Amino acid sequence: MLALHEVHTHYGLAHILSGVSMEVRRGEVVALLGRNGAGKTTTLKTVMGLVTPTSGAVRLGDEEITGRPPYRIARAGVGYVPEDRRIFTELTVRENLEVGRQPPREGCPVWTEDRVFELFPALAEMRDRLGGQMSGGEQQMLTIARTLMGNPAVILLDEPSEGLAPVIVEQMARAISELKREGLTVLLSEQNLPFCSAVSDRAYIIEKGVIRYEGPMQELLARPQVLEAYLSV
Amino acid sequence: MEFYLVQALNGLASASSLFLVASGLSIIFGVTRIVNFAHGSFYMLGAYIAYTLVQALPTGAVGYWLAVLGAAVAVGLIGAAVELLLLRRIYRAPELFQLLATFGLVLVVADLVLLIWGPEDLLGPRAPGLRGSVMILGEPFPTYELFMIALGPLVLAGLWVLFHRTRWGTLVRAATEDREMVGALGVNEAWLFTSVFVLGSFLAGLGGAVQLPREAVNHTMDLHIIAEVFVVVVVGGMGSILGAFLAAVLISELNAFGILIFPEITLVLVFLIMAAVLIFRPWGLLGRPEGPPRTPAGEFEPPLRLLGRGFLYFCLAVLASAAVLPHLLPTYYIRIACEVLISALFATSLGFMMTVGGMASFGHAAYFGLGAYGAALAVTYAQVGTGLGLLAALGLGLAGAVLFGYFCVRLSGVYSAMLTLAFAQIVYAVLFQWYGITGGDNGLLGIWPSDWVSSPLAYYYLTLTVVAVSLFLLRRLAFAPFGYSLRAGRDSALRSEAIGIHVRRVRWVGFVIAGFFAAAAGGLFAFLKGSVFPDYSSIPVSVDSLVMVLLGGVQTLSGPIVGAGVYKVLEVFVNRYTEHWQLILGCVLVGLVILFPQGLLGYLVGRFGRSGEEWRGVDGAPAGGRAS
Ligand SMILES: Nc1ncnc2c1ncn2[C@@H]1O[C@H](COP(=O)(O)OP(=O)(O)OP(=O)(O)O)[C@@H](O)[C@H]1O
Ligand SMILES: [Mg+2]
Repeated sequence: MLALHEVHTHYGLAHILSGVSMEVRRGEVVALLGRNGAGKTTTLKTVMGLVTPTSGAVRLGDEEITGRPPYRIARAGVGYVPEDRRIFTELTVRENLEVGRQPPREGCPVWTEDRVFELFPALAEMRDRLGGQMSGGEQQMLTIARTLMGNPAVILLDEPSEGLAPVIVEQMARAISELKREGLTVLLSEQNLPFCSAVSDRAYIIEKGVIRYEGPMQELLARPQVLEAYLSV
Repeated sequence: MEFYLVQALNGLASASSLFLVASGLSIIFGVTRIVNFAHGSFYMLGAYIAYTLVQALPTGAVGYWLAVLGAAVAVGLIGAAVELLLLRRIYRAPELFQLLATFGLVLVVADLVLLIWGPEDLLGPRAPGLRGSVMILGEPFPTYELFMIALGPLVLAGLWVLFHRTRWGTLVRAATEDREMVGALGVNEAWLFTSVFVLGSFLAGLGGAVQLPREAVNHTMDLHIIAEVFVVVVVGGMGSILGAFLAAVLISELNAFGILIFPEITLVLVFLIMAAVLIFRPWGLLGRPEGPPRTPAGEFEPPLRLLGRGFLYFCLAVLASAAVLPHLLPTYYIRIACEVLISALFATSLGFMMTVGGMASFGHAAYFGLGAYGAALAVTYAQVGTGLGLLAALGLGLAGAVLFGYFCVRLSGVYSAMLTLAFAQIVYAVLFQWYGITGGDNGLLGIWPSDWVSSPLAYYYLTLTVVAVSLFLLRRLAFAPFGYSLRAGRDSALRSEAIGIHVRRVRWVGFVIAGFFAAAAGGLFAFLKGSVFPDYSSIPVSVDSLVMVLLGGVQTLSGPIVGAGVYKVLEVFVNRYTEHWQLILGCVLVGLVILFPQGLLGYLVGRFGRSGEEWRGVDGAPAGGRAS
């Protein structure tokens, strides 16, 4: 469904991704694990076209999307949920959702305002509240809901559990499983291993811009030395 | 009592017209982050096109209002063309280059208007159906002014509905906050930008078109309104439409009543109000604080380099040739050489503040003009010689820079730059309006140098000495501890504060230094020309200085000198062959910004500085020769 092939990305002169290749198959939830600064966000931004790779290719289905502007990548079916949430603080919840709304896409689950409110009931109760007046957890729900309104085929989630209370993290995990049931493909960047292991099918580990490990989630959990080497701090 | 009411109503009518233009500027800035200098030109075009359409369409109400609407639509389309052909290419360029490009447009439009419609004032017909007047408390009041009073709030309401009740409006408001995110959600930002630009231009065009029955259409409308609009937008808060409305009412009422109390200095009143608002609300009445400017990923400002011995020899060689030069030139060219030197100083003073201080000014001519008038007033009223005259120039320039700088450094980025323009307009207005002292637009004549420097050659050497010493001092200042503090403040105000630098004060001093040396240039210029005019502090002169700096490139201290040289020589030669210097300059500016967004010297250094030997001696330190 989504594939990166030998992707190199630079910020100015700094070489951040050095030949990242990975694949996310249709309907899978794949975790991208790594320490702070490993390059997770950069990988997702590269897929989204927010940074342009210096070489390599990103493919969505059969289409090559490398180098396209972000709006076209979004319209091709990639949904992006940024790490810092980037809620429009001066817009209400409903207006935030409106910005994300795109026409239905063939073969992808169709989302409406009512349906995202079903997924995140808490949002339904504050539909006219300004984005700037919401808690971190509420904003995290809103940013996912906003992306869903674009009816994506693949969704890129950047550390959705970061800085959230355990109860909310659990809700997030439930929501992600729900999305998977709907048939959505998910690429999840995370540092929170328990959260990831609850929802993901497979995992990649990235370190200093290089993929160090790839395999089913269950296998990774059975290899403490790998976890020790690349994830523990 | 009745009289005051009528005066208040007059104020409201003017407010509407100001609001139409200001709201357009504000909307465009909100989304594109571009301060569109050409907005006043769009307003002027609206008036001219309406004038022509009214002539062309059948007389009567339908024809008239069609003409007004048609003019607004036409300006909207011109806006679309400008956005698609020009701005789209430069959204990622540094802010100042975007400005420079829109400056270029101002010049092009100004000359085209002269070409098409000629220099005479054009009087449009009055609006059919709104020709008469109504009695208000026994005083007659023009019906058209009532229409204007209603128009402002109507447009405000219309914009509110558009922004809060349509998907387009929601997207625009979202893009105002975070353009990139809007794009990542699948919205084609490029078209959003174009449509916003069209709306803004349409409003400016409408503002110009409805002006037809109120004032004669003329070719100075563009710069006249842009200064007022900047004041309105800064006071109201960039990007806030309601703020623009409130500020337009405030400023217009102030003008309406100020004119009764101090007819000569209404602008000073406006200035006082603006100052008061900005002290208490630095982002305007309804504006939101700007976040720290986001440098695009991976871009950084290369450090200024202390230049090696090669550069020193180069400077000495230039100085020596400058000293010999006048012996090889006819007298006429000596005067031009003086002008070039003065421009180099003027441009470098601005360059100092921009490069080292990171502060831009749209109104640097204020200090040039103050310097020139300082000298001229001292000569006229105290009959002093050239030496004391130059000191008076420095004194007046210093005073102006201290006063205006105090306010400008309290703001940042575009706010501060727009404020500098407003101050320059105030200086201009005072010089223009204070007829008894400054001679108004007749200026002050007979400001000739004293006997010891009365020959062109002697004056040339005086100029060369003052300019060389000033340039040396500016350079030394940039690499003195003060210069480092200033640069630290430029790169990160927060971190500088944390290590104990009083950033605002350091900036203020930097601003004053820049004004001081600009005044020196102004003083020299007064004696060179033998006369002074309010034009010395007008917007075009400010633009000149900015163009010279940006031509040379803001990354280097010596860039402005190169820029000034190229610019002045070009001006002299182009002026000889054609009257359309503005048109050509405008096109050149637009072209340069598109081709070399780093400036000329910046481009050359970037291109050859690393590998080519030839530029080492000019502005590239030998390897490893960074400032220590
Ligand atoms: N805009 C930028 N300019 C320069 N370097 C950057 C930029 N953004 C990130 N980096 C660098 O790129 C590297 C990878 O950053 P990235 O944000 O992808 O890491 P991450 O794995 O998402 O980390 P975290 O868990 O902290 O979010 C880091 O070393 C970071 O310092
Ligand atoms: Mg990250």
